[in-house]
Amino acid sequence: MSIRKQKTMQRYGPGTRANHWGMAIAFILLALSGLAFFQPQFFFLSNTLGGPVWARVLHPFIGVVLFMLFVIIAVRQYRHNLLMENDVKWMKQIGDVLNNRDDNLPPIGKYNPGQKMVFWALVVSIPVLLLTGVIMWRPWFAGFFPIPLIRFASLVHALAAFVAIATIIVHIYAAIWVKGSIRAMTRGRVTHAWAKHHHPLWYEEEMEKPEQRAGEEGKEQHDSQLNRSMESPGHDGRTSG
Amino acid sequence: MVNSQNIVARSATTLPAPHVRDDVVEVAKLIDVSRCIGCKACQVACMEWNDLRDDVGECHGVYDNPMDLSAESWTVMRFNEVDVDAVHDNAEGDKELAWLIRKDGCMHCAEPGCLEACPAPGAIVKYANGIVDFDSNNCIGCGYCITGCPFDIPRISEKDSKSYKCTLCSDRVAVGLEPACVKACPTNCIEFGSKKDMLARAEKRVNDLQQRGYAHPGVYDPQGVGGTHVMYVLSHADQPGLYSGLPKDPRISPMVSAWKGVTKPIMSAILGITAFAGFFHFITKGPKEEPTDEEVFGDDEDHNSGDRDDGQDDGRHQHSHEEDRS
Ligand code: HEM
Ligand code: SF4
Ligand code: SF4
Repeated sequence: MSIRKQKTMQRYGPGTRANHWGMAIAFILLALSGLAFFQPQFFFLSNTLGGPVWARVLHPFIGVVLFMLFVIIAVRQYRHNLLMENDVKWMKQIGDVLNNRDDNLPPIGKYNPGQKMVFWALVVSIPVLLLTGVIMWRPWFAGFFPIPLIRFASLVHALAAFVAIATIIVHIYAAIWVKGSIRAMTRGRVTHAWAKHHHPLWYEEEMEKPEQRAGEEGKEQHDSQLNRSMESPGHDGRTSG
Repeated sequence: MVNSQNIVARSATTLPAPHVRDDVVEVAKLIDVSRCIGCKACQVACMEWNDLRDDVGECHGVYDNPMDLSAESWTVMRFNEVDVDAVHDNAEGDKELAWLIRKDGCMHCAEPGCLEACPAPGAIVKYANGIVDFDSNNCIGCGYCITGCPFDIPRISEKDSKSYKCTLCSDRVAVGLEPACVKACPTNCIEFGSKKDMLARAEKRVNDLQQRGYAHPGVYDPQGVGGTHVMYVLSHADQPGLYSGLPKDPRISPMVSAWKGVTKPIMSAILGITAFAGFFHFITKGPKEEPTDEEVFGDDEDHNSGDRDDGQDDGRHQHSHEEDRS
């Protein structure tokens, strides 16, 4: 049954989608250029940014862009990423999750604990990368810092980058693994079935809104008043973006 | 880079560099600080031979000029006035003023922190004769060499964003000449030869100084970096810090070793394993297929996709009515 024939609901507004893919591009470029300096076997990756010197020049600037985009998304999504009771139960059943036995999982909200861990790992690592990255940044900033601090920053930057890249590998795989997820970030919408199956509490919450219940893109535009009902802070429906 | 066939270590390179012509003696420059008169002939010779012209600076009221190493000043004389134990007879406990002058520049470490840290393949090389050379052609200007060096030597040029430092005149040494500073020094304070010979000379100089009454003269050939190919004879070897902050026990910082050591291959491996784990999980367990309405909602009217009748259908979806009654 194709998506067109299932009821769908909005998961990410156009602003959030643009933000996400901006970050995705920035992150890939950062990982490629960063890994080139990280380990000799990866040095060839620096060619993807136009050669090793360009990679060195561009990496920190792209990092700043990534950081700014991340702040926006983090502020908008953090309340959906607070741990709740069922999350612990869900984590205990991680074996079922990995084996695709979803039926007995406790109901969870907009994000599952795995997604929340990705979120918090990035909330920690990206600001750390910015701070340490600025300390290492030549020729602009490194000169203002004592060399022992630059050494420490370099070590921490490498560790934080490792954490961030490992996290993003998991994140990308999860999107491939859980069918129906990628469309949430490309087209903005998921099927009602997907939402109820993977994020039941979020689904119930959204079903309070007529335009989400209507299940079709564009339905909400019939009623401009609906926009007002969607103004809860951090909401990432049509208003976010 | 003068000799490409006797490279014993090469930055960011995991396989051996070409070193078939490595049957050469290790060289060393010996700087006998006790004989230096601070004339800066070596500084001038360095500019001259290497065609370097640093900006003309300002007088800061001290002898140091320029005040620090730069991409165009690969060696500088550092002047320091300190109170030290007096050396004349029966001077027990007396202090006297000493004017300590040290020619600062790259030490050409046997275990160079700059080379350890550099991420650009071949930007830093160590020749079999012990000289550590920057091949600035491969330099990307990241400054990791500055981070790695225990002596704070390399400097990034404002002109081209490449890193520079003393080459120990690798170009001259390769054709059997001594470095330019050695040639220019009027007091023979700087000497050049095989490391073995230079250590022997240093030994002799230390004996002389001892006879002159110095309590702790010594050779500065710090073993923390495996020894260096630029060595000092110091009158006060127990306190190298007196000589404008020469480090007492320099070694590659543990922070740098932790950054550049085993952690990197381990982290790289874990990243690879994570990616493969995902791949094999997909191959063995398969994806979480997208749930159908029937699976999730059963007979729930609202999601019986064919019977959607909310009175708002504007006709765009009519086509689905027939096909969907399954
Ligand atoms: C957030 C702002 C960031 C800034 C300002 C920044 C800055 C820097 C700087 C200055 C360097 C040294 C090389 C160079 O000069 O280009 C560097 C290296 C590196 N960066 Fe970043 N970066 C940032 C974010 C990131 C992110 C998000 C990642 C991960 C995808 C990353 C991964 C790396 C890696 C792996 C290295 C090499 C570290 C090493 O040599 O051990 N950076 N970064
Ligand atoms: S003194 Fe510094 S720049 Fe010179 S070889 Fe040693 S680590 Fe490298
Ligand atoms: S600045 Fe140049 S020589 Fe120094 S570590 Fe970076 S690439 Fe190597």
